[in-house]
Amino acid sequence: MSATLTSALWALGRGTGVVALVLFTSAIVLGILARSGRRVAGLGRFGISDLHRAAALTGAGLVVAHVGSLLFDPYAQLRLVDLALPFLASYRPLWLGLGTLTLDLLVVVTVVSLLRGRLGPRVFRVVHWATYVLWPIAVLHALGSGTDAGSTWFRTLAAVCVGSVIVAVGWRLVPSYGGRGWAREPRRSA
Amino acid sequence: MPVRPLHASTERRLVTTRLHIDWTRCDGHGSCVELLPDQLGVDDFGFPVPRSGQRDPVVPRRAEDAARHAVRNCPVMALRMYDAAS
Repeated sequence: MSATLTSALWALGRGTGVVALVLFTSAIVLGILARSGRRVAGLGRFGISDLHRAAALTGAGLVVAHVGSLLFDPYAQLRLVDLALPFLASYRPLWLGLGTLTLDLLVVVTVVSLLRGRLGPRVFRVVHWATYVLWPIAVLHALGSGTDAGSTWFRTLAAVCVGSVIVAVGWRLVPSYGGRGWAREPRRSA
Repeated sequence: MPVRPLHASTERRLVTTRLHIDWTRCDGHGSCVELLPDQLGVDDFGFPVPRSGQRDPVVPRRAEDAARHAVRNCPVMALRMYDAAS
């Protein structure tokens, strides 16, 4: 494989990885916003759900490109087994393994989400909780094996992503989150 | 392309599409009310109320896309569309 093609694939792998991280961060924040039932000006409630779905699915597509391009990277030396089984890679096995774990979880969460009409809300909800595990693992993978992890721009981006999710999850844990923004008391189970 | 003769515009419509709201799931997020403003109103707590007063409101043909969108969009999967003899 020519050096130019190799570096092109490498650049593609880095770029898709970084954008996927941004999209998954957006998907989590939008998902929490959608679940709250609050209206966002110009989007409505359904628009937030649609955006959440679009961001997550686009991120998943980028991860496919990310993995596909880095499969041919001479440094990463990924084998097909490394796409499914974590921590077996020869190059930075821990950090790459976290990427493999992310991919595994992503496949499960995405498939279950797409089939949620058949699987029902209980299975969907339980599996969807896995995104709260998936996302931190993805961040660690980005910080650990990302070529750009040492650069200021990437650290700034990562800090913004982590900060956004912390704020969103923190809001979700506040009792008033369940209030829907309607003038009513949050429902409590008796 | 599946053929749906009963819904073809030239034929008389023998079935109506209705929207079923599963009240054990509905939590009043309000997406469906936004997508189906002519069919669904909203109560004081954000729960959808069929404007027609029917339990499972009829979805007119022009609103079918919006209704499908609402079914797909409902965060708690509380909506379902079904065809019933009219």
